[in-house]
Amino acid sequence: MTDAAADAPILDAQGVSKRFGAVVALRDASLRVRRGEVVALMGANGAGKSTLVKILTGALRRDGGTLRIRGRDQSFGSPGAARRGGLVPVYQEPSLIPDLDLDENLRLGGTPREPFHHWVRELGIPDPPMDDPIRHLPLATLRILDLARALASEPDVLLLDEMTAALPTDLVERVLKVVREQADAGRSVIYISHRFAEISQLCDRATVLRDGATVGDLPIEPGVEEKIVTLMLGAALSPAQARAREATGPATTGTPRLRVRGLAAGTKLADVSFDLHKGEVLGVVALEGQGQDELFDALAGFRRPGGGTIEIDGQPQSFRHPADAIAAGLTLVPGDRAEALLSSRSVRENIAVPYVARPRHWGPIAMRREGAQVAQAIERLQIDTRAQGEVRRLSGGNQQKVTIARWIAGGVQTLLLFDPTRGIDVRTKRQIYALVRDLAAQGASVLFYTSELGEIQAACDRVVVIFNGRVVDVLDAQDADEPMLMRAAYGLTAREVRA
Amino acid sequence: MSMAADQPSPAARIGRFLRDNPVVTLLILLALLVLLLQVLRPGIVNERWIGNTVKFAIPLAMLAACQTLTMLTGGIDLSASVVATIAAFVVATQEPQVGTGLAIVLSLLPAVLIGLVNGFGVGICRVHPLIMTLGTGLIGTGCLQVYQRGVIATGSVVPASLEWLGTGRTWGMPNALVLFVPFAVILLLAQRRTGFGRLLYAIGANENAARLSGVRAWQVYFGLYVLSALIAGVAGLLYVGLIKAPSLSLAEPLLLPSVAAAVIGGTSIFGGRGSYSGTIVGALILTVLNTLLTLLQMPEGARRIIFGGIILAVTALYARLTDQG
Repeated sequence: MTDAAADAPILDAQGVSKRFGAVVALRDASLRVRRGEVVALMGANGAGKSTLVKILTGALRRDGGTLRIRGRDQSFGSPGAARRGGLVPVYQEPSLIPDLDLDENLRLGGTPREPFHHWVRELGIPDPPMDDPIRHLPLATLRILDLARALASEPDVLLLDEMTAALPTDLVERVLKVVREQADAGRSVIYISHRFAEISQLCDRATVLRDGATVGDLPIEPGVEEKIVTLMLGAALSPAQARAREATGPATTGTPRLRVRGLAAGTKLADVSFDLHKGEVLGVVALEGQGQDELFDALAGFRRPGGGTIEIDGQPQSFRHPADAIAAGLTLVPGDRAEALLSSRSVRENIAVPYVARPRHWGPIAMRREGAQVAQAIERLQIDTRAQGEVRRLSGGNQQKVTIARWIAGGVQTLLLFDPTRGIDVRTKRQIYALVRDLAAQGASVLFYTSELGEIQAACDRVVVIFNGRVVDVLDAQDADEPMLMRAAYGLTAREVRA
Repeated sequence: MSMAADQPSPAARIGRFLRDNPVVTLLILLALLVLLLQVLRPGIVNERWIGNTVKFAIPLAMLAACQTLTMLTGGIDLSASVVATIAAFVVATQEPQVGTGLAIVLSLLPAVLIGLVNGFGVGICRVHPLIMTLGTGLIGTGCLQVYQRGVIATGSVVPASLEWLGTGRTWGMPNALVLFVPFAVILLLAQRRTGFGRLLYAIGANENAARLSGVRAWQVYFGLYVLSALIAGVAGLLYVGLIKAPSLSLAEPLLLPSVAAAVIGGTSIFGGRGSYSGTIVGALILTVLNTLLTLLQMPEGARRIIFGGIILAVTALYARLTDQG
């Protein structure tokens, strides 16, 4: 790794930019990978990691900047071209065709058999099921098979996206060992992960993205975690937005409105417990894919939990359908607006759906009363109604307000907000914080997941941090500034406490 | 903040107007067709002709109501014509034995049954409505053939009251309007001003969002397909009063025109958009078109070609205009 030839970068992306309409996803992203190096690519949600990866692997075309592979200018027009160029990705979603068996998948991809079987053995699955349809295999096995397939094609640069997520510990060990051996054999690896423990064990360097630009390139050494966190956050931390906090905070004693104990669901949500009190806004902070989607789905009745209990006002609940959760006062505003909107229908019809959901309300609608309720909700959320004939003609912020108004209009008890300010303008964001505080002041409870850490202090009373499907920290919002939340979200707090 | 403020192109403005007032466009088209008819055969458009056209358009408009309602949820009801035929056949064969009132009740029982099966298949088993109603339609036809063997000796009589309703006129206007006007008014009010009507649009626009709002979609599907089958049954009773000869394929020729009437009327087959008012005009347009082509003494083949061509042209025009802006 010391001679001059090996020191030349095998992959060198400089000043890469990409915009989607008015949104700038990448401004000035650079990534340099030398032969035999494992480079961690890091960045908070929305920093531009996925966009950069998609550009490197040919899934997207860059708008500006250069990409050199082995010193030559390259522009991959398709994922296939990137593969032929020696850059092979392994994504979180295994790219195997679910209805074919492994044998057919390998033939389809033209994967050489001998190396594939070698790597599968190395990775701890000595006898892969060749004849079962892929869809019947567990996710952990699929990810290993996908990795083995990538290794068998002998890539110059291997790109691993959260490779150890969904893997049991023994397989994680094997994967890390194999990846390290790859690097020692002179191949290069781009390693995307949220787990600092693995990064310090495996990687040589870390490249940090923030707001679409590369802000740091650090060698991995003891104590580098703090530097990376600081880089991901940015130097100029905006002071927490001042807000009028009630003289007496919410009562956090007595029977909580919502009590969750040991909740598990799917493969990601392992064991989450917390209390949400009357008049409280409880923030939830987690990196992507730590089980927060499953948590909200389970609370809203969309998904049956695999274990644990949900209690409302002390009564144990079992939701078979969102209607059950709504009857118990739990109402969800999902992260994806498109999921919640009747895009071809009017603002009024969108807001009024819950009123008519039950068969006993299928009869004639009291139009005047409904109109008044809807008008009140529109006014409270300050929805711009110039294009109210079809909600798809509204701006993103107004659409989001419609999804919230639906539950405000009927008198809300417990509101589950999943990243309600994603992709909307600052003014609307402020209005949503104010609304959330307002609702809490009137006795409603709000569970508020956000991917923007600054929002915790702007809107919440307390915050729970979830990592790897478990609650790793519970903080008062006053104490939870961005660096602290970021460290907790990366699972660093526990180690600090031990240290 | 909203796109309402920007400057729309003329085409987009027309498109928006048509989307907001689809019935106006259709009425213009209808007037043009009538005008064309009058030009080709001066004097044909008189009170008698209008009465006849309305009389034939009503059963079609009722069957098209089944298509409109199911299409609002993104479905379709291909069993509607079979249900209508069964109702007509049962009422005519039971009339001599049990009297008109009971015969009508008996004739609507198979309708309810088929509606329940459709609702079960679509709402609970999640079978695509196209396949589900095609299947129940075939089964219904088969059952009707078995039933026919059983009642071959009894003969059939179309009840006088149905004949009055189907063919009779009062002051030049068909008596069928006595049934159809209240039916249409209720349906038009129900689609926008009842919870059930709202949910049809909601499920068609985004079933997941409806679920999220606490709607149990299967309940709506059950209600919808039973309602659709009942409407089809009543349409069959009306139609047998018009045709006066029950047969095993009585309403079959109305099936595809009923789908066409709903589509021409501006109801989206993908759900979430449309109105019964458009369907009524659509049914009238198809009926006038049929007269027009018959009058031109075109061979059957050419008639069908033109008929199909016009349906496609209107639909394509709709899609183009309403997708802008």
